[in-house]
Order: sequence, then C-alpha cells, then structure tokens
Amino acid sequence: MINLPIFPIVIPALAAIFLLFAPKQVRLQRGVALGALLVTFIVTVLLIFTVSQDGIMTVDLGNWPAPFSITLVSDMLSALLVATSTLLVFFIVWFATHYFSDAYESNYVYVAMLFLLVGVNGAFTTGDIFNLFVFFEVFLISSYVLIVLGGKGVQLRESIKYLLVNIIASALFVMAVALIYGTVGTLSLADLAQKIPLVENQSVITVIGVFFVIVFGLKGALVPLHYWLPGSYVVAPTPILAMFGALLTKVGVYSILRTYTLLFDGGSAFMQNFLIILAVLTIVIGMIGAIAYNDVKLIIIYNIMIAVGVILYGIALNTQTSLEGALYYLIHDMLIKAALFMLVGMMIGITKSGQLRDMGGLITRFPLFGWTFFIAALSLAGIPPLSGFFGKLLIVQGGVEEGSLFGPLLILLSSLFVLFSVIKIFLYGFWGEEKRVYDGPLVPYVNRLIVPTFLLVAVAVAYGFGAEAMHPFITQAIEPLVQPEIYIDAVIKE
Amino acid sequence: MNRKNDQVNDVILQTAAVIIFFIIIVFSINLFFAGHYSPGGGFIGGLMTAAALVLLLLAFDSKTLANVLPFDYRKMTALGLVIAMLTSLHSIFWDRPFLTHAYDKFDLPLLGEQTLHTAIAFDLGVYLVVIGVTMTIIQTIGESE
Repeated sequence: MINLPIFPIVIPALAAIFLLFAPKQVRLQRGVALGALLVTFIVTVLLIFTVSQDGIMTVDLGNWPAPFSITLVSDMLSALLVATSTLLVFFIVWFATHYFSDAYESNYVYVAMLFLLVGVNGAFTTGDIFNLFVFFEVFLISSYVLIVLGGKGVQLRESIKYLLVNIIASALFVMAVALIYGTVGTLSLADLAQKIPLVENQSVITVIGVFFVIVFGLKGALVPLHYWLPGSYVVAPTPILAMFGALLTKVGVYSILRTYTLLFDGGSAFMQNFLIILAVLTIVIGMIGAIAYNDVKLIIIYNIMIAVGVILYGIALNTQTSLEGALYYLIHDMLIKAALFMLVGMMIGITKSGQLRDMGGLITRFPLFGWTFFIAALSLAGIPPLSGFFGKLLIVQGGVEEGSLFGPLLILLSSLFVLFSVIKIFLYGFWGEEKRVYDGPLVPYVNRLIVPTFLLVAVAVAYGFGAEAMHPFITQAIEPLVQPEIYIDAVIKE
Repeated sequence: MNRKNDQVNDVILQTAAVIIFFIIIVFSINLFFAGHYSPGGGFIGGLMTAAALVLLLLAFDSKTLANVLPFDYRKMTALGLVIAMLTSLHSIFWDRPFLTHAYDKFDLPLLGEQTLHTAIAFDLGVYLVVIGVTMTIIQTIGESE
C-alpha cells in the first residue's frame, strides 16, 4: 500500500471532522475518538514493520515527482515517533474520558485533541520545510483552543502569553523559510540537503541555521527562550498538560534534530558549540527550577526542560552513539512525562491543592497509585533496568568519546536532581500522615483513572526492559541522520 | 422584513442591500469558478459570499438572516472539510498517492462538452469552510453581550 505514511495523519483528521457534526453527544465523542486512535496506532505499528522491511517509505503527494511536490517521508525515526505520539494520545484521551465533566467534553475538546495529533504526526512525517510550518500551525492552533478551553481567569491570562510567543515564533519561522528559499531556491528537505553544500557563501547558511534553532528553540523551550513555558503549562487541565508536556516541546526537538543533521551539518563547529551551550544552559535552568518549587506541576514542568537539554546535548554531539542515545531518550521521555503529568494531576485532583505541604499519606488509601508513581519516578531518573537508563548512558558515552567531560558529568548530576525532585513528591505526597480527609471530586474516579496511567507506565517499563529488542529499530532510525545520502536517495529518485 | 428597532427607518439601506446581495453572490460564484484559469478560487469566493451575508446582517438583523438562510455554519465548516478530505482520499482507491486529482471531458446538458476536474470539488470544500468559519466568527461575536 503506497499510501501507508498518510494514514496516521488522515485517520485522526477524519475522526475529528466527523466529531464536528455531533458536539453534544459525549458518549459518541469518546467512542469515536478512542476507536480512531486505536486504529491509528495499529496502522503506525504496521508502518514501523513495513519501514523495517522495505526501508524508507515516501509518498509524493499529488503524484508529482519529488522536489516539486510535498513529499511525506516515513523513515524509522518518524515512524517510531508517530507511533509513540499516537499511543500517548490514546492513553491521554482514555484518561480524559473519566477526568473531564460532560459539559467540558461537549465543547469540541476531543476534536481539538485529535487535530493536535494530526499536526504532530504531520510534523514528524513531512519532508518539506514549509509543510512542516503548516503542520506546526495545525497543532499550535489546536493547542491554543485546548489551553483556553474552560475560560478560567488564569487560563485567559496565560493563553494570551502563549499565543503571543507562538505567533512571534511562527513569524520568525516564515522569515527563516523565506531566507532559505531565497538563498537555495527549494523547500523540499532532501533537495535542500543536496543543494546547501553547493551554496558559495556558507556563512549565510550558518546564519539561517541559527535562525532555525531560535525558531525551534522557542517551540521546544530552550534557555533563554523558555520563559513562556512554566506559566502557560501550569494552567492547563491535566490531560491537556500531559499532551503538551509530552508532545509539543518534543516536536521542536525533533525539528532541530532533523534540520541540524540533514541541512546544517556541513561540519560547522560553530553550530555544534552553539547547540551545546544552549543544551547546557537548558539543563542548568531546568535543574534549578526542578528543586526550587514545591508545586508538583511546576516540578515536572522543569523536568521537561532538563530532558530537552539532555536530548539536545545528544543531538549536538552528532555521533552515532549520541544520536542513538538522544532517540532512546526522546521516546522514553515522551512516554514517562505524559504518565507523570497524569499522576500529579490525580494527586492535585484528590488533595485539591498543587502544593506538597497540603499533601501526605496518599499511599495508605491508594496503594496502586502510589507505587505506579514510584516506578514512574525511578524510570524518569534513569535507574538501570527502567527506560530512562539506556538513553542517558549512550549520550554520556557519546560525550566521553568526543573527549568532553563537562557535558557528561552535568547530565549525570542532572539525573540526581531529577531523582531528588520526583522523590520529594513521592515522600511528601504519598508517605506520612494524611493531612485531612481527601474527598475531592476526583476521588470516586481514581480507580478508573489509574488504569490508563498504569498501562502507560507499563509501556515505559516494557520499553526499558525491551531495549535490546528496540535496538535494531533505533539503529535503523539513526542511519539517515548519520548519512543524509540515504534520506536524499530515498526521496529524490533518479 | 420587520425590524425590532422601529425608530430607525433605513428603507434605502434595506432595498439597496437586497439588490446588491444578489450581485455580490453572483460575483463570488464567478470568482469561485474562475479559479483555475484566472485570479479567484475557493478562498476569495467564499470570503465574498460571506461578505454578501454580512451585508444582509448589517441591513437587517441576525434573526432575519437565520430565517431567510437557515444554515448551521459550524456544520457547514465540517461539511466543507468532509468534501475536501474525500476529494483528496479518492485517489488512494486507484492506488495513486494521496491528493492525486483526476479530470475528464463530460457532455453536459445545456453547457455542451466541458472538462471537469476533481480540484473543483476540493475548492468547493475550501469555499464552504471559509463561509462557515467567517460566519461563525461574526455570529458568535455579534450574539455575545
């Protein structure tokens, strides 16, 4: 089936369009959204196996030959990320069906969630830089809807900030695309990769490269472009926050990975140093934020920044080992961040407070909940058999192989800070005395909410234990990043 | 055509609006069909149709407009998306890439032999989405106090 790469984009889009017709029928909304996501996930698994058998799949939309059409490219990297994000959204929507009230659900919330997945899957799959911009806008506009839905005062305030930052970032993105089109004269990623080495004035390319890092850094919350992230994310309802935290910043990271390895490689030491400095700063600021706060949501939000910095450090080194580590860590982090946001959202739902000092003793009443959190926390920190270990190990190894010690040591230190910040939540929230009788509106649903959360943590644990089985897929995903010729040859057929 | 606020007598505006409405609608349909060979297309056609509806909204009120043209503009947006999506999807049943369009010559009654292209169906989807979104925005803002 030559059209296989489009289905992870088209199926959620069709379901979302169908749901536009019946906003008030909540049961139908839930059923169709979950069904469509399950079908999409099955298709993505099929896609992974097809790509592992036959190599990179491309679809030239409209049947026009490659550099002239928009090409959708499913290499193993994009297939793995599309499968991960679809699985995540499936669990998050499952969680949301129990978490949201009926009135909230009848305001197109599932439509917006499905369109967000359309944008994310499209951004992971596209092989055209302007189409990447369009898919960015698809998921950003959905995220604007999701962040403001509910209409509380804080949501309105923070959504204005979020909107402003992202509109500026999008305008910069268009300017960067205009610059690269003016310099090279093409928009297809593969064609750009072919023609950029032929440009005489390579310093212009470096400037455009920095421009793109700023654009994607604004989306992916790199220091010093991160200032919008904590405030905007903390006001979103839990399932929405889980989607944002797991998917949105990671699309920025993926875009840096793709453009840096494909377009701006050229052995430029400047770009590498620039990215390493940004990564180190992001890790440091994330570490400070993660231990500074006693608000459970903010602790996890600053952990996003640490993870983004660690992944970016792996990308910046640009060796086989470090890229493998970055990809391992990227998938692990998407899974575990979504699970952690769901877990802390449940803590807030039960105790009706985000502050650690108002919590305590949750484990006596909700043992499964508590131990799920414990496993997720250890997994986030990278305790050996769990999923966060292999990624960080490979990134550290890649750093040492490059002869750098400061970066690897900082990453190991950051693991300690991560462990400290999440264990702090565990100790204060789950152990000790119950502060008062917990009777939040969510308490009757905890037994149902824990099921998707537990399954998501189980997937993350299986990902850690099955690292050996994942290895061939990861290696295949790295190939076109280390050798861009593989990507170019797959897209532009002579 | 009764207006709640009887103080204002804008018979000239209302009479002119009714005549101009049809001229704008015809112009917008002309723009819509011109798209393939000359400037125009679904986006500007849809915007122009919405402008004609806004003119009616200005001359009369939203209830009158809802009585004369009983459309649910949110469903119209969804219908436009369905049309655009199905037009893009039909090619995959012929084992061609997504978004591949097709055309053929047809002998139509009255019009004679004409070439029909599936791009027009995609444009029709765009046209409906643009009308639906514009009118939803204007009606939502107009009706909230």
